[in-house]
Amino acid sequence: MSYSDKLIDHYDNPRNVGSMDKNDARVGTGLVGAPACGDVMKLQIKVTPEGIIEDAKFKTFGCGSAIASSSLITEWIKGKTLDEASNIKNKKIAEHLALPPVKIHCSVLAEDAIKAAVEDYQTKRNEGPDAADSKEAEKARLSVG
Amino acid sequence: MTQKAGKPIYLDYQATTPMDPRVLDAMVPYFTEKFGNPHSRNHVFGWEAEDAVEKARTEIAALIGADPREIIFTSGATESNNLAIKGVSRFYKDRKNHIITCTTEHKCVLESCRNVDQEGCEVTYLCVAKNGLIDPNQLRETITEKTALVSIMGVNNEIGVIQPIAKIGAICREEGVFFHSDCAQAVGKIPLDVNEMNIDLMSISGHKIYGPKGVGALYVRRKPRVRLTPLFSGGGQERGMRSGTLPALLCVGLGEACTIAGREMAQESERLHYLRDRLYKGITEQLPEVYLNGDLDQRIPGNLNFSFAYVEGESLMMGIKNLCVSSGSACTSASLEPSYVLRALGVSEDLAHTSLRLGIGRFTTEDEMDKAVTEIVTQVKKLRELSPLWEMAQEGIDIGSVEWAAH
Repeated sequence: MSYSDKLIDHYDNPRNVGSMDKNDARVGTGLVGAPACGDVMKLQIKVTPEGIIEDAKFKTFGCGSAIASSSLITEWIKGKTLDEASNIKNKKIAEHLALPPVKIHCSVLAEDAIKAAVEDYQTKRNEGPDAADSKEAEKARLSVG
Repeated sequence: MTQKAGKPIYLDYQATTPMDPRVLDAMVPYFTEKFGNPHSRNHVFGWEAEDAVEKARTEIAALIGADPREIIFTSGATESNNLAIKGVSRFYKDRKNHIITCTTEHKCVLESCRNVDQEGCEVTYLCVAKNGLIDPNQLRETITEKTALVSIMGVNNEIGVIQPIAKIGAICREEGVFFHSDCAQAVGKIPLDVNEMNIDLMSISGHKIYGPKGVGALYVRRKPRVRLTPLFSGGGQERGMRSGTLPALLCVGLGEACTIAGREMAQESERLHYLRDRLYKGITEQLPEVYLNGDLDQRIPGNLNFSFAYVEGESLMMGIKNLCVSSGSACTSASLEPSYVLRALGVSEDLAHTSLRLGIGRFTTEDEMDKAVTEIVTQVKKLRELSPLWEMAQEGIDIGSVEWAAH
């Protein structure tokens, strides 16, 4: 199977490899896939109080396409808001890397990883030490509305 | 760190072998001036081609201790396996309608068995132990008075293990059951004798033994006689078992490949053991959590099959750019199923995804082994740094206990 230069570049020189402290309230972690299926992606995002993704790190167990897809999304989501990041579609990832049809699932997994990381961050926010305050604020906002 | 592409190193000798230049030399005249049809009975061109084919038949027979009249030329081991299994099953089906094989056989054996199963023949699939070998006692218990054929390979194509064929042959002879062995990966690699091992049918491949592609042979025992229903209708060549004009030049190539294999097997086996051990030690001494699939002792020297835990096989292949190997996982297929052979050994699905087959042979050098070790070790380390599973394992998390969302 022949791969695109972009894909090979991401595989050879993966961007933003690493891990962040998953207990940090500013960090959201997404772990998707399964070892038995041959792909596991871990994507972590660090989010500013304004809701902007300031940093992203990944680790991936999987084929070259899976590694390249996760490397690529770490570049794409940096600087984006959570909503913007969540709206990245697997089709764009697949197109950018020119994934062959049998590897489309790698881009789907990358999209899932973003959603999982964002969700994890939001869950933490709602349950964290500041959550009570923010819920109060929410209520106040709603009652005003 | 972009790797510079160097000279590719071929480590896929179980897929196919390069043709030995001596084989090519023997074949060359039969492309041009000696082009006759070996079945032409009326002129010198035919006689010349016929002589060459018969000489080749004798050379093949000599390698496995057979009589030349027991060698049938085919297009390759796939055809030989089809002919043996379907041929015997169809010929004897009125009296006997049961076949025994095992789960790690080559696809063409399993598919042929599935085919006769649909024709009303019962098929039993023996399981293998963790080391890849079948239990001859279990085979004995499985044989019934309805059993026509036992088909067990000599050497496995993925993990290189050698089945106990002499024991299997003895049991089959005692029980009065025909024994077929797919020896595509065994011929020329280990000593074989159809009489000592009580083999009644044996499949042979040309391109696995430094011969040409597109030719193979089936050994069919004459005493006691094994009968087959042919697959093709035609002129009744090859004692009525395989119609079609013989490709004299390919037959010559197979014959020459067998002669060289017979002459050099002992020496070559010793050399390959040395190279294999060097590769094995180089990898296992530098990398933790590398598992060999299949028995190490009951194995041809030209094969290693490793699971590199926490590193996916296909990405590893992509990284070892100069090494031409085969992955144990078939992740490119839509099914995402890892190798059925490894699964049959009880290798867990996640480990089966991390497997690589390294095949060495006649033209492999010591320098290539050292380069291969360096490249594999470097890449596995790099990919483990990238692997969330490796990280979890280092933190003491049991990967098996995590609830993964299947996709």
